[in-house]
This record gives sequence, structure tokens and C-alpha cells, in this order.
Amino acid sequence: MARALINVPPTAKPGAIIEIKTLISHPMESGYRVGLNGQIIPRDIITTFVCTYNGEEIFRAELSPAIAANPFLSFFTRATVSGTIAFRWTGDNGFSVSESAEIVVE
Amino acid sequence: MTQDLSRRRFLIAGIASVAMVRPAGATPEAMREAIHKLVGTAVVRPGRVKLVVPPLVENGNTVSVSVSVDSPMTAADHVTAIHLFNEKNPQPYVIGVALGPRAGRAALSTRIKLADTQTVIAIARMSDGSLWSDSADVIVTIAACVEDVH
Repeated sequence: MARALINVPPTAKPGAIIEIKTLISHPMESGYRVGLNGQIIPRDIITTFVCTYNGEEIFRAELSPAIAANPFLSFFTRATVSGTIAFRWTGDNGFSVSESAEIVVE
Repeated sequence: MTQDLSRRRFLIAGIASVAMVRPAGATPEAMREAIHKLVGTAVVRPGRVKLVVPPLVENGNTVSVSVSVDSPMTAADHVTAIHLFNEKNPQPYVIGVALGPRAGRAALSTRIKLADTQTVIAIARMSDGSLWSDSADVIVTIAACVEDVH
């Protein structure tokens, strides 16, 4: 199970623009490196990241092998109502991790 | 004379082997092709996008990149996508993100790998279909992606 760190402000004023930061442990093996046995190390990357706010998709990223190991992403959204911000990373070899954070808007 | 020739042959062989060792990477042409595949015949204008990459990086394995786009992010006028390309990694495409008016601010930060000293380009697509871009030159002292594992 890959470890994911997410940073969402716990509270926000209605309409405020908040920054969301995410970091997940993953080697992001590019598929271009040569291993000890002289063979190419097969590609193993996260390909998609999706963030939803109370079920509504607010941000999506398609990642390539050029993203550094332990992918870090930071982006913004507008706090509208209290609820759950959910994150999902999917990738090669059936990789799939979900995380979520609660936000109180008042 | 014969010695001269063999030396020349040796030199040519040396150059050829260096050329062979270098892995097939993307080229500025490959990047242009990848951009063309994304935008088609539409015109990409410079401006409105701000791409921030350190001008000199020691380690190409982790390079902080941030892109911000000048946009009011309203339902009528917002950024729908931001794409990042590079010239000399094995693949020209780096990341593509989809966002909407809900984002409030069109900005993105991440960390990427760079295989060589090269130019990085960010392209933003607006809700009216117009395309804007910014580019940055990066000098990389230790390359990523292509090193062997020892």
C-alpha cells in the first residue's frame, strides 16, 4: 500500500480559493532505465490522478514517465460547501490508491 | 599514411559508438509533433501562461515546475487544460491536467524529470478554445531517466 500525503485546509470561508497539495510514494519507473542484468526495467508509473469534491470532479491529471518519483501535485479549488475531497491515483500493474479529506466551510 | 587512415577509422568508430550508446530520445521535432497532435492547426500564442522552472538544476531526477495561467476562472472565461512538453526526454509529453471554473485559480505545481539541458513548454487551453504558451530553458547537470542502475 502506497503511502499518500494530502494537505487540505481543515476549514475555509465560503468561496475561498484553497490550495490542495498531494504526495504519494511511488517509484515512477520510466521504462527507459537499464538494470543490473542489462535488461530494460519495465515501466511502472501512475498514469492518472483524479480529485473530486463531494463527488464532482474538480481536477484530473494524466501523468507520464517524466514525472519524478513520489509524484507531487499542487492545485487550487474553490471551497463551496462542507464535505469530502477525495483523491484517486491509478497506474500500471493495477496500482490504485484512494484517499480523502474532510473540509468544513463556514 | 596508413597510420593516418587507421587513426581516422578509429576516430570514426569512436564517434559511432558514442552515437549508439546515447538512447533514442525525443527531439525538438518530436516535441513539435506532439504539440501538433494536441492542438492541431490552431495557433498557440505566447503569453498569459507563466512557467517557472529553475534555470539551473543539478539533479534532473526532480525538477520543481509550476505553471500559472492568467485567467479570471469564471464560467464564461476559464482555463480547461494545461499541458507540459519537453524537448529531449525519451518522450516529449510530461503532464496534462484538466480543470474548470471551479478551480478558482489556474495554477499547478509538480516535480518532473529532465534528461538533458533543454527547453520546457507549457500550453494552456482556454474555454474559448484559444491556446497560450510559455517556455523556459533549463540547464541540467545530472540527467534523469537514462542512467543505469548500479
